[in-house]
Amino acid sequence: MPRTPSAVPRAGFARRCSAAIWRRPALGAGALLAPPMGWFIGLYIAALLVLFLSAFWRINDFTGKMERVWNLDNFRILIEDATYRAIALRTVAIAAAVTVTDAVLAFPFAYFMARIATPRLRLFLFAMVLLPLWSSYLARVYAWRLIFAHDGALNWALAELGLPALSIGYSNWAMWIVFSYIWLPFMIMPVYGALERIPNSLFEASRDLGARGLRTTWKVVIPMAMPGLVAGSIFTFSLTLGDYITPVLVGGPGSTFIGNVVYANVGIANNIPFAAAFATVPLVIMALYLLEARRLGAFKLL
Amino acid sequence: MKLDFRTTAIYTTVATSLALALTVVAAPVQPNYPRAIGAGEGTLNIVAWEGYAQDDWVKPFEAQSGCKVQRKYAGSSDEMVALMRQGGGGEYDLVSASGDASLRLIYGGDVQPIDVRLIPQWKDFVAELKSPPYNTINGIHYGISYEWGPNVLIWNTTRVSVPPTSWAAIYDPQYKGKVTVPDNPIQIADAALYLSRHEPGLGINDPYELTPEQLRAAAALLKKQRALIKKYWALASDEIELFKNGDVVIGAAWPYQTNTLKAAKVPVADTVPEEGATGWADSWMLSSKSKHPNCAYQWMRYVSTPKVQAQQAVYFGETPANPKACKFMNEIETGSCEKYHLNAPASYYQKIKFWKTPRRQCSDGSRNCTSYSDWQRAWQGVKG
Repeated sequence: MPRTPSAVPRAGFARRCSAAIWRRPALGAGALLAPPMGWFIGLYIAALLVLFLSAFWRINDFTGKMERVWNLDNFRILIEDATYRAIALRTVAIAAAVTVTDAVLAFPFAYFMARIATPRLRLFLFAMVLLPLWSSYLARVYAWRLIFAHDGALNWALAELGLPALSIGYSNWAMWIVFSYIWLPFMIMPVYGALERIPNSLFEASRDLGARGLRTTWKVVIPMAMPGLVAGSIFTFSLTLGDYITPVLVGGPGSTFIGNVVYANVGIANNIPFAAAFATVPLVIMALYLLEARRLGAFKLL
Repeated sequence: MKLDFRTTAIYTTVATSLALALTVVAAPVQPNYPRAIGAGEGTLNIVAWEGYAQDDWVKPFEAQSGCKVQRKYAGSSDEMVALMRQGGGGEYDLVSASGDASLRLIYGGDVQPIDVRLIPQWKDFVAELKSPPYNTINGIHYGISYEWGPNVLIWNTTRVSVPPTSWAAIYDPQYKGKVTVPDNPIQIADAALYLSRHEPGLGINDPYELTPEQLRAAAALLKKQRALIKKYWALASDEIELFKNGDVVIGAAWPYQTNTLKAAKVPVADTVPEEGATGWADSWMLSSKSKHPNCAYQWMRYVSTPKVQAQQAVYFGETPANPKACKFMNEIETGSCEKYHLNAPASYYQKIKFWKTPRRQCSDGSRNCTSYSDWQRAWQGVKG
């Protein structure tokens, strides 16, 4: 005789629930996921949606109050005005330059940490990499500003060496150096993680097949480190892309970032619709970047 | 027409969006005066320019009124307007708004009328500052005049040997990479003022009323200047640091920076160049959603007294609204009353082109002028 639901002894609500979840595991997973998903959708996605909606509103020319009149003017200005194109391009270009710089600096460092250093030295290096993160971001950027100042530490050192003074304070060069310094730990860590996982046998196999150091690096180490490099680049790229404090502190004329325009329009000019429109630009860039990173397998290391 | 679930949902969304699309119309707030200044609420939140709420005069006020003053410094008029609207307004009680912010605040409904009868010193103010057009509309006072002054040309006296007398100095290629000017769209008016004297063909009469063509000319001059700029300063303290570290040798400033730098033994001097200067005339304005109106009124009454007006004037380097401050100014710094022209305020007042909000409508009623949004965009184009 087949078992039918009516044949199950009558039970309380809790018991029926537990039976239902046992029969359909998806139900249980769903119930477990609901609170965090609700949080995520309610706070994160909804906020993004409101942001996106307000990009289609405008502000009154004189009083500066927001008017909920649908229009595409903000996006039209973004596309037509060469200034905003230049700002978006500059932001992406510096973010890319910082990412490449950090990758080049981090790779040998992480390799040394993961494969050559003794455990004691490795611990020490770890501490050295992470130590700057204990101090305030603002203080570290500000320190660079003092280093680059006309009468600052850099020019003092150059003068002591008998070299001519440099004038890189308040420029895009200064921003590139400071960003590369600030985000370097975020590149070293994932690259270290990737390099540490490479089994020794691969190095031996490579040597057995006659490959020397350079060839092994190129054919074995770099492909194995790639997911780590891509994971690190997500940090360095997105953190630079969204920053607006470093441009204010060490940037000069012509160092405006997307974030600065957004900040100026929200906190100063009070033009939230335009800020929202411009804020969608890094959002789209990051979405494309993450899709590409996923294809390269970066998320296996996160 | 039969509607399934999906179509209904779409129609509902569209209808809701259309309902939201109703334009919000803001208007000046109507008077609702208190009968008298009551007991303080214990706190007062103010938005002020740097140097406008120094302990020298804030501490005595706190002691006598029991109102703890919480200060927020703003670097531009735009920022002040944004702060007064933050969180729906009411986060701050008072703002020391310049003429280019005051009208925006009044017509935006962000500030409320003030009963000048509750501020006895108002009667002593110089005539021009009792009911100036930037804080009084149809006889209703939305602000109490405070202090006023010019934007000056500042330079390092050891590295600029011949004292400059014209604004041409900040457009001069010999100072390439050593110039600083404020990061503020209203800086366009400084360029326009310069052009009104040096390129009369453009026909600029009022540096705040520019046709699109005149705005383009001013922006073009500023774009050329960009190659000379070390940094656009956002806060007065930024500029002070730039002069201290030797990064810049010349720039546009407030007298406050000169005073502070001189006090720090940095060799600087300033002047109002031959073209004249733009400047500010500030008013204290009361938020329409103020949570501490009694403390706010007590503050406005307090800062209108001659002694506080004198302290403020000498500290910042500007001219008070209350001429009775003269005696106290000279007590703090001998000759300062004359230095800041409080002995003959009217003629000096005429020399300064005070900040006001650029509007599409020119003062002759035509709509050929450029609005503040146009200026903001032009300024972003200048900065790049």
